[in-house]
Amino acid sequence: MRKKIESVIISFESTTQAMKMDKFCMEHHLPGRLIPVPREITAGCGLAWKALPEEKEQLKVVMEEQQIIWQEIYIMKV
Amino acid sequence: MIYLDNAATTMKKPSQVLDAVIEAFQNMGNAGRGAHRATINASRMIYETRELLANLFGSEKPERFAFTSNATEALNIAIHGLLKPGDHVITTVCEHNSVLRPLYKMDGIEIGFLPLKGDTMEEKAQAILDYSKLEDLYQPNTKAVIVTHASNLTGNITDLREIKSFVKKHNLLLIVDAAQTAGILPIDVEKMGIDILCFSGHKGLMGPQGTGGIYVREGIELAPFIVGGSGIQSYSKEHPKQMPTALEAGTLNAHGIAGLHGALCFIKEIGIEKIYKREHDLMKRFLKGIQGAQGILYYGNSDLSKRIATATINFKGVDSGEVSDELMEEYQIAVRSGAHCAPLIHEAIGTKEQGAVRFSMSYFNTEEEIDRAVAAIYEMA
Repeated sequence: MRKKIESVIISFESTTQAMKMDKFCMEHHLPGRLIPVPREITAGCGLAWKALPEEKEQLKVVMEEQQIIWQEIYIMKV
Repeated sequence: MIYLDNAATTMKKPSQVLDAVIEAFQNMGNAGRGAHRATINASRMIYETRELLANLFGSEKPERFAFTSNATEALNIAIHGLLKPGDHVITTVCEHNSVLRPLYKMDGIEIGFLPLKGDTMEEKAQAILDYSKLEDLYQPNTKAVIVTHASNLTGNITDLREIKSFVKKHNLLLIVDAAQTAGILPIDVEKMGIDILCFSGHKGLMGPQGTGGIYVREGIELAPFIVGGSGIQSYSKEHPKQMPTALEAGTLNAHGIAGLHGALCFIKEIGIEKIYKREHDLMKRFLKGIQGAQGILYYGNSDLSKRIATATINFKGVDSGEVSDELMEEYQIAVRSGAHCAPLIHEAIGTKEQGAVRFSMSYFNTEEEIDRAVAAIYEMA
C-alpha cells in the first residue's frame, strides 16, 4: 500500500455538494481531488475532498463564497 | 481504465445497444399515444422488448412485464403495491437497500430476516444463508418472501429452490430481486414459482441506465405507485388496471428501452450460459491469481459454482476506500469499496467499519485486464 500522508479532508452533506466542489475546483485549478470518505469519518460511504493541509484555508474561503455545504474539515493521514 | 465494477453498472455495452439508441433518437415518437408512424414505431419496439423479456424470463405473457427506471423502482412498486399494515414479510440479511428501505418505510408491517449460517467469523465470511431458519420465521400473518437472487456484495447465489418449497408450503408470494442476475443466470418465472420479478436493465442485461422492469404474475394486482397519462381510458378518473399500463403512467424511457432491446438481442444471440461461463472464468482467474498474496481476507462461498462473477476481498487492517482509491490512482482499475448499499450483510460478516473491495467482471473484460488486477494486488499487499 502507498504511504499515508497528512491531508486536509473535507466531508460534505451529500454527493451533490461534493460534485459542486469538484466542478468549481477543476474549473479554477484549485488543489485537491475527490476520494472515498475514509472509514474513520463514517462507514456510510460518500465522497470527500482531499488536499494538502496548507491548502485548508484557501479551500474554506472558496466553499463559503460558492455556498458549498461542507460537513466537517479534518486533518488526518490518508 | 480497467473497469471491474460491473455489479454497479456495465460500462462496455454491445454495439447493438448504441446503434439502437441513436436510431431511436432520430426516429421515435411517444409510444402508446396516437397512431401516426413515429408513435407506432416506438410502440412496436416497446412491444418487441416486452416479448424479448418474456422469452428471457420464461413467460408466455409479454403484457405482464412493465418497464421501470431501475430495479429499485420495481421493488418499491412491488413492496408498496402488495403489502398492507398487519402483514409480515420474510427477507434476508443479504438484501440491498432497495429492498430494505421500502420495507422499513412501510407502516405497520413486520419483517423477519433470514440470517447467515455459522458461528465463527470464518463461517460467517462465507455469507451463506441459513435456509433451515425459514420455518422459524413463518408467522400466520406472513404474506411474502422477498429475496435477492444473488448478493451484490459476495456474489452468492440464493437457493431459490429452497425458497420455492417454503413459499409453496405456506402459500406465500415470492418476490425476487434479480438486479445482479438478469442476463447472467437462467431465470424461469414459471418453473421457479416467482410471482414478482424485479430487474435492472443496465447491469447484466447490458442496457442503458434508466431502464429496468417488473414482472407481475397474472392474478396479482399491484396498487400503482404513480398514476397519470395512459393512452387509453382517458376519460376515467382512475388509472387503468390492465397490465402493463397499470404500472406505466407517463412517457416511457423509450430511447433507453430501445437500447435494452438491442442488449436483449445480443444476449439471445450469444446465450446466457456462455455469458455466465465467460464472466465466471474471469472471476476464477482473478481469485486463483491472488491466492498467494499476503494478508488478503476473502468473502463469499468458497464453492465458486454457487456464485456469480463477483470477488470481494479486503487487505487485512486497511480501509477498503484506501484500497479502491489506490487501485484507481496508481493502476487505473475501477472497483467498488465501502458498504455497497447492503448494510446488514456487512454487519453480519464483520466488515461494517472496514467496508470491502468488490471486483465484478463482465462478458467484455479480458484475461489481460484480470492479470493486471492480480499484479496490482501483489504489489499492494
